[in-house]
Amino acid sequence: MSHSETHAEHHDESHGSVKTYLIGFVLSVILTAIPFWIVMEGDFTKATTLWSIVTFAIVQIWVHLKYFLHLNFTTEDGRANTFSFLFSAMIIVMVVGLSVWIIYESNAMMMY
Amino acid sequence: MSTLSANLESANLESVSHDDHAHAHDHHDTSGDTVFGFWLYLMTDCLLFASFFATYAVLFMNTAGGVSGKDIFELDFVAVETAALLISSITFGFAMIAAQGQKKALTLTWLFITFCLGAVFISMEIYEFHHLIVNGHGPQHSAFLTSFFSLVGLHGLHVTAGLIWMTIMMIEVAKRGLGKATVTRLSCLSLFWHFLDIVWICVFTVVYLMGAM
Repeated sequence: MSHSETHAEHHDESHGSVKTYLIGFVLSVILTAIPFWIVMEGDFTKATTLWSIVTFAIVQIWVHLKYFLHLNFTTEDGRANTFSFLFSAMIIVMVVGLSVWIIYESNAMMMY
Repeated sequence: MSTLSANLESANLESVSHDDHAHAHDHHDTSGDTVFGFWLYLMTDCLLFASFFATYAVLFMNTAGGVSGKDIFELDFVAVETAALLISSITFGFAMIAAQGQKKALTLTWLFITFCLGAVFISMEIYEFHHLIVNGHGPQHSAFLTSFFSLVGLHGLHVTAGLIWMTIMMIEVAKRGLGKATVTRLSCLSLFWHFLDIVWICVFTVVYLMGAM
């Protein structure tokens, strides 16, 4: 009995419903429209624009992971997927972040 | 029916062992393992995209006296591409809900709508690339353009692969219905499609929005 209960719960968590897909969709439309508006129409400084579009992108990625890819910490499958994603995210931050840092610094130092 | 499907899948070792397993224990199937394995592949694909993003981030200023992102990016156009991909994400979600409810006609309808939106996206991208190349901004002109074409083209190739896979799945669903193995394959394609949407968020933010700033 407990098995079928956990199965039902797992089913709901890992596949989503019309409601969760719609929530995810509405959020991602808003989170896409705002950065486009900021760059196309907004009259902000370069730093403000840059940090706000990066922030909106990160929030939107989180929305997609939660509502479309159903990552979670509550089911066993969800945890396995979430931790493997977090591991890749860490590697990506290191690969991209450190490469960019190294190259920018070497550019800056060689130019002067 | 089961011998037919066994024959069809005999080339696929994983599916066969899956079937054996399902016969042995009714409740513990391995479709979750298949989907998890596909998820791990997607994570390695993330690393491939990450290295292309790193290359772009390092090279985007090296325009060799030619055009920069500000000169060639049209944000209105990119916004429409983004909308097509975003809507295709939710229509695929509806296709998955229909598939889990064993509604064959509805699944096929949503898959077809998703396919059309994906095709709109990829056509617009091909148009953009063609437009750039005929105007003399092909990938051979500067490091910026090379890394731009590589990164956006890599995403485009993935979307194209997704469209081919979706065509195959539509044929499979139409011919064989929504069996367990078919729904598992649809789940993998669903992960792939939503994953490409996430990559596109990074592309439009890093390449187009930052480039047009």
